[in-house]
Amino acid sequence: MPIDKIFKDDASEEKGERARMASFIGAMAIADLVKSTLGPKGMDKILQSTGRGHSVTVTNDGATILKSLHIDNPAAKVLVDISKVQDDEVGDGTTSVVVLAGELLREAEKLVTAKIHPMTIIAGYRMAAECARDALLKRVIDNKENAEKFRSDLMKIAMTTLCSKILSQDKEHFAEMAVDAVFRLKGSTNLEAIQIIKKPGGSLRDSFLDEGFILDKKIGIGQPKRIENAKILVANTAMDTDKVKIYGARVRVDSMTKVAEIEGAEKEKMKDKVNKILAHGINCFVNRQLIYNFPEELFADAGVLAIEHADFEGIERLGLVTGGEIASTFDNPESVKLGHCKLIEEIMIGEDKLIHFSGVEMGQACSIVLRGASHHVLDEAERSLHDALCVLSQTVNDSRVLLGGGWPEMVMAKEVDELARKTAGKKSHAIEAFSRALVAIPTTIADNAGLDSAELVAQLRAEHHNEGCNAGIDVISGAVGDMEERGIYEAFKVKQAVLLSATEAAEMILRVDEIITCAPRRREDRM
Amino acid sequence: MALAFDEFGRPFIILREQDQKTRLRGIDAQKANIAAGKAVARILRSSLGPKGMDKMLQGPDGDVTITNDGATILEQMDVDNQIAKLMVELSRSQDYEIGDGTTGVVVMAGALLEQAERQLDRGIHPIRIAEGYEMASRVAVEHLERISQKFEFDVNNYEPLVQTCMTTLSSKIVNRCKRSLAEIAVKAVLAVADLERRDVNLDLIKVEGKVGGNLEDTELIYGILVDKDMSHPQMPKQIEDAHIAILTCPFEPPKPKTKHKVDIDTVEKFETLRKQEQQYFDEMVQKCKDVGATLVICQWGFDDEANHLLMHRNLPAVRWVGGVELELIAIATGGRIVPRFQELTPEKLGKAGMVREKSFGTTKERMLYIEHCANSKAVTIFIRGGSNKMMIEETKRSIHDALCVARNLIRNKSIVYGGGAAEIACSLAVDAAADKYPGVEQYAIRAFAEALDSVPMALAENSGLQPIETLSAVKSQQLKENIPFYGIDCNDVGTNDMREQNVFETLIGKQQQILLATQVVKMILKIDDVISNSEY
Repeated sequence: MPIDKIFKDDASEEKGERARMASFIGAMAIADLVKSTLGPKGMDKILQSTGRGHSVTVTNDGATILKSLHIDNPAAKVLVDISKVQDDEVGDGTTSVVVLAGELLREAEKLVTAKIHPMTIIAGYRMAAECARDALLKRVIDNKENAEKFRSDLMKIAMTTLCSKILSQDKEHFAEMAVDAVFRLKGSTNLEAIQIIKKPGGSLRDSFLDEGFILDKKIGIGQPKRIENAKILVANTAMDTDKVKIYGARVRVDSMTKVAEIEGAEKEKMKDKVNKILAHGINCFVNRQLIYNFPEELFADAGVLAIEHADFEGIERLGLVTGGEIASTFDNPESVKLGHCKLIEEIMIGEDKLIHFSGVEMGQACSIVLRGASHHVLDEAERSLHDALCVLSQTVNDSRVLLGGGWPEMVMAKEVDELARKTAGKKSHAIEAFSRALVAIPTTIADNAGLDSAELVAQLRAEHHNEGCNAGIDVISGAVGDMEERGIYEAFKVKQAVLLSATEAAEMILRVDEIITCAPRRREDRM
Repeated sequence: MALAFDEFGRPFIILREQDQKTRLRGIDAQKANIAAGKAVARILRSSLGPKGMDKMLQGPDGDVTITNDGATILEQMDVDNQIAKLMVELSRSQDYEIGDGTTGVVVMAGALLEQAERQLDRGIHPIRIAEGYEMASRVAVEHLERISQKFEFDVNNYEPLVQTCMTTLSSKIVNRCKRSLAEIAVKAVLAVADLERRDVNLDLIKVEGKVGGNLEDTELIYGILVDKDMSHPQMPKQIEDAHIAILTCPFEPPKPKTKHKVDIDTVEKFETLRKQEQQYFDEMVQKCKDVGATLVICQWGFDDEANHLLMHRNLPAVRWVGGVELELIAIATGGRIVPRFQELTPEKLGKAGMVREKSFGTTKERMLYIEHCANSKAVTIFIRGGSNKMMIEETKRSIHDALCVARNLIRNKSIVYGGGAAEIACSLAVDAAADKYPGVEQYAIRAFAEALDSVPMALAENSGLQPIETLSAVKSQQLKENIPFYGIDCNDVGTNDMREQNVFETLIGKQQQILLATQVVKMILKIDDVISNSEY
């Protein structure tokens, strides 16, 4: 008796070995894809979108690459997801997490072929991950007490993060900028307060940090270009026709004179509104919505600087930095909180005019102006800087740092190896495999730099046999060196997140023994 | 196919377009149905128990779910076969009724079908088999009742509850933190439980999740969590001792439903209309302020001007709160949902000790905590951690199972021992009872006993033990010592005694499993004709 098919027409089912194979291969393919971007000498990828315009992105950021891929393999999707979460949570290490998960699965595949049950592998991986984390915890450096040292730690972390990105040429310059910006935040992780403005032209070296606030807008015609001791009203209100919002109301007139009258009334209303706004005693008015010519003219007459169409975030940020509230009604001038700043002026960056607010009340905010040759360079620079800022702001909260350059991986691998020797039972194979997967990261870094990875890693392993060794791979000189001397540091939080999420993802994929794919929803062919 | 002919030799047409339909009859129909049922059970078999594997399901839109919850797997599977659909229904009804044991019930049904097939080959009539199963299930359920144990717990001593929830959680991916999650689930259930009436309204427990952080950071909030933030970025982020106005009317100009026109033809009218509009906003805010509200929660949006007025009058507000959340907030804070500003009164305000906004990670995501509510009945379980959203989803499902188990225990305090112990005990009892029944049913009852063995067998198999060897050892141990606590040692602890391992399951859950599985199998056995359109 043949079994009728249970599933719908296009649905399919993969079982046991085949399912496992499909997910291993999918996950490893993704890991191999981003593998070559790992480390300071990692290469970039060009992503071309299939949408209109075929816009091109050049990047080395794992999360950005994976986000833009169209993937069908479910296991691969798990990896893309962990990279995204890593990006949201700590901002950096998005490539490492995928590579580590891929390596863990590669090792697991070998074990499965050697007839070890996935559950045993998972149990081993769990033990190993726990042990690796403890090993890192034992070796962390915490300089929170010593402000100067802490700053230099942050500096080094920023440089380490940036050296794998497009900014590596001027990494000191940018690291300085990022550290300054994060220190201004005073411990909050609100990266909103740091504004990044991209202006093509000039070179990356011309980028600078500004302690004020820069708004990418023009000042209205005939209005003052420079205001000292500005009182700013930040508003979100209609400054165009200001329609009557009660529904169903409409204007119906029967003669030209009446049209004129209504028009007059409308103008009067606008004038009223402007007067009310002026009654706040301000000399700068920033609105989120449009300002029509007529009110603009009125503002110009009153010598008030009016800025229209500041986008939503711009407005919020401006409210935040100047300490003013975002107003929409203007009847009670005495109780509206106005924003203050020492100086508003128009500045030129490249070809463009921007408005610069300096001496703002709240010192937290600042702007970073990025300059660069093209949009692609600027976009990538922004992503790199964002990574650095994320890592730094997280490190300010959790000040534990580690050495970089493959050092943490070797430390973990050593401890995990010890554990494997002590553990009885089949789990020890899995634990051993875990340590091999960890070592794969320095190997990849060395490979990407075109170095003799086998030689270097072997050297490194020997060095690490000594207690308290600081050896790592220095990719620039192409040799094993003391990481502390070379100032290569990484944040503990990033490493921990990489370790835990990669293990979790590998576990998740390992637990699967069957893949059921539903029939894809039919879509109309748009091609 | 037998055809009837009239006197002119033309066939009577009984089924329309007969030749386009495939038709299975008699024993073939039963065999085909059984094969389909078994195929579904086979898929789930490997997910059973603490060492069970997960399934990866790819939905029609390419979304991925990884789970080992039987009901979820079957729900998301694109099943086409009618009998397979019955099995899906079976698992779903176990989910609705009990919430846990959704995999077990399908495996059980599969085993019963397999045994039935063997009896059919012997030439026993399907109805006799069905009746035998019915008798056997009654015996099994009674036996379960006998071997069940009551255990006592109260609000202060909830350790037994935690232990039972841990059994449920140990088969899920979250078993790393099963202890803390089980505690959270039990505390949540106890917080909303009505111990007098022995009833728990699970609607009062909201499960929210957010990726990132650690699984250990999962927390129980005595209050409500809303995935929203304050409507104006500069409103206070923390309100103590809040009086909450819960509104379902927007802070917007009125929109009369009847068709109307307001014509503006003179300057005066224009002026008055303008004034009215301003007044309207002012009144709305003033009304809220007048009744003493310190926080406004609204189902709809705010006009920019109204938003500023609220901010200006120092009245923090939250907009676009969904209907379900709104109801929960109303229950928790003891407030009333107010559909019109005119109906706002001080009594209708909800009260909460603390309302605060909290942000997460490097992205700008904020959530609103409403805590220390007047009526502390509503709680929220906030799941953190998980490296990806599939993990969060799976954790949610696991927590749901644990909550259901805790609720069942509050309803009925009886437990049986897990790890296959209950099934083995039942199997022994049914086997013993079989001999007392004269007639063909005896064979069916024995088959039932054998089917009961398949659950512990699957457990042993999934745990990497020798299934037959382990099962027979445990069985003889149970029979020899006459103690129904011996089960399969899935976690390799070293003892078969489930009391020592603290592996419990609820009595009603187990009973329901057996009853539901028997019912479905009976239904399948009674089908002797399958007519289906061959083209679809």
